[in-house]
Amino acid sequence: MTDTPLQLSLGPVLFYWTREDYAAFYREAADWPVEAVTLGESVCSRRRDMKLDDWLGIGRELAQGGKRVTLASQTLIESEADLRDLRKLCDNGEFVVEANDQSALQFLTAAGLPFVGGAALNLYNRQAIALLARAGLQAWQAPVEMSREALATLLDDCRTQGVTLPCEVFAYGHLPLAWSSRCFTARRHQRPKDRCRFVCQKYPEGLALRSQEAREVFTLNGIQTLSGACQDLRHALPDMQALGVATARLSPRARGMAEIVAAFDAARHGRLPAPDPLALVDATLCDGYWHGRPGMDHHPETAP
Amino acid sequence: MQLVCPAGNLPALKRAVDEGADAVYFGFRNATNARQFAGLNFSDRRARQGIDYARGRGRRVFCAINTYPQPDGWAQWTRAVDQAAELGVDALILADMGLLEYAARRHPELPRHLSVQGSATSHQALRFYHDHFGIQRAVLPRVLSITQVRDLAKQSPVELEVFAFGSLCIMAEGRCYLSSYLTGESPNTRGVCSPAAHVRWEQTPAGLESRLGGVLIDRYGEEERAGYPTLCKGRFDVAGETYHAIEEPTSLNTLELLPELDELGISAVKIEGRQRSPAYVSRVAGIWRQALDRLARDPARFRPDPSWLAGLGELSEGATTTLGAYERRWK
Repeated sequence: MTDTPLQLSLGPVLFYWTREDYAAFYREAADWPVEAVTLGESVCSRRRDMKLDDWLGIGRELAQGGKRVTLASQTLIESEADLRDLRKLCDNGEFVVEANDQSALQFLTAAGLPFVGGAALNLYNRQAIALLARAGLQAWQAPVEMSREALATLLDDCRTQGVTLPCEVFAYGHLPLAWSSRCFTARRHQRPKDRCRFVCQKYPEGLALRSQEAREVFTLNGIQTLSGACQDLRHALPDMQALGVATARLSPRARGMAEIVAAFDAARHGRLPAPDPLALVDATLCDGYWHGRPGMDHHPETAP
Repeated sequence: MQLVCPAGNLPALKRAVDEGADAVYFGFRNATNARQFAGLNFSDRRARQGIDYARGRGRRVFCAINTYPQPDGWAQWTRAVDQAAELGVDALILADMGLLEYAARRHPELPRHLSVQGSATSHQALRFYHDHFGIQRAVLPRVLSITQVRDLAKQSPVELEVFAFGSLCIMAEGRCYLSSYLTGESPNTRGVCSPAAHVRWEQTPAGLESRLGGVLIDRYGEEERAGYPTLCKGRFDVAGETYHAIEEPTSLNTLELLPELDELGISAVKIEGRQRSPAYVSRVAGIWRQALDRLARDPARFRPDPSWLAGLGELSEGATTTLGAYERRWK
């Protein structure tokens, strides 16, 4: 249906890394075959190693290297301090903001600024997308739980009704599934959230939550709960492109990200590996949501 | 402060009204509301009877259409909005921005409440919904501390309704996709969390096991009281320890916060539980009616009656209650 090549983007780092690790990661990422990078702390306001200026600095370097840079807002806004930080982010003056809640939508629309709609905004239908488009929406992300069939219907409806904004799909990584005011990593360490001592920084790829039968169910990442399995939609990239998806998002992990990006780059150019000789990283894979199944499922055709 | 009670069916609606609910909320018998349970919710005819019953006694009726219209189902959701308008409900409880806009255009005179599923946790988010869709009231997610509710209430452009009692969602509502990850069905898409059709119970040599979507949620010894396998309330292993890693089976109870909520100008307290029996709704409504009446008579000296706390305790998950996120140390 469309000949525009599928773009690849790096989502924000969902885990809490050290300043050195973020710097090293994005130095490398500058040379990876991704067209877009979304930066910033979208999970927890207590994670303060990186200030807005630090993100802007990284953003400038990536932008100079030709990447399209977006700044992600925090998904769960709870306090006046959160709102002050959010306002600063929205007023950054350089980069478009990915709005991940309605507080960000309010700041951005009131200021007449363009914005990207994040996956947690719950844009399930064309009507919601169209009304935000009139308010400055430039691109939108499908909810993580949306199936291929539902997305195909939605994109078709958008096209028919002249709502032609680029759509982004979460294609690789542990899926962001929930946000709480409670910190589950601090809870594991029997610490109150107020005195967490930033223990989540010990887990650069999160903390596995397993069933009593040792099945990986979820991944704890501070106040955020991610999927236990890692979603891998490499095999769906040609289909995504045919549906008119503009961008496939890859969610950063601490190790092996260069290989993952390379594999997705190969896949979007039609070079798909035979199902599956070697997993990219040591993680259980899933692609259930795309196939209209429970998210944790793995489709037999792509399963190892 | 008004008392807003759940009505999963007509008998529950009547009992809630009889026990002193100021308003009741209900949903239609389909995926348009966030409590889609077999045998629950209202047909058009039943809804009409319920509205007549409540109105005849001076009470109000709200209709929850608070799931997210799916790409192939837009008409089902707008039909629900039109149907509620024709029935003459007092307010719609909505979450989806598209549907809020539809309701605001098609039925501008019908008050719109923002559902807890709309995930508004700040006064700026409330302002967004107010400015764009003219909402009159919002139900706050159960993730804010009382201090945060205070800050928010000071600057809120709309009336606020907070959860008072019932099952405790500990994730920001409307942004929790855990259920569909295990079962394919979620609150947003299907109006269900940890749906019964995906639950399995099995007695094994290791104990009684509960599963959701095939995943072991909990395993109970002989002495233990087994609970419904809501996925966030199971016992899991994290780094070598098995415990309630996300939350214990417990219910939210804010009875002791009533004077503070009142002072903050909160308009209504909400009882969770459209999936509960009429007997449950009746007892909970009765206790909260007494509490609100006592509060109104003498707010400065309000103390929850021990018999109310005991009564609510018996009706709670795991027979325990918590203040949840209202209390800072819970986090």
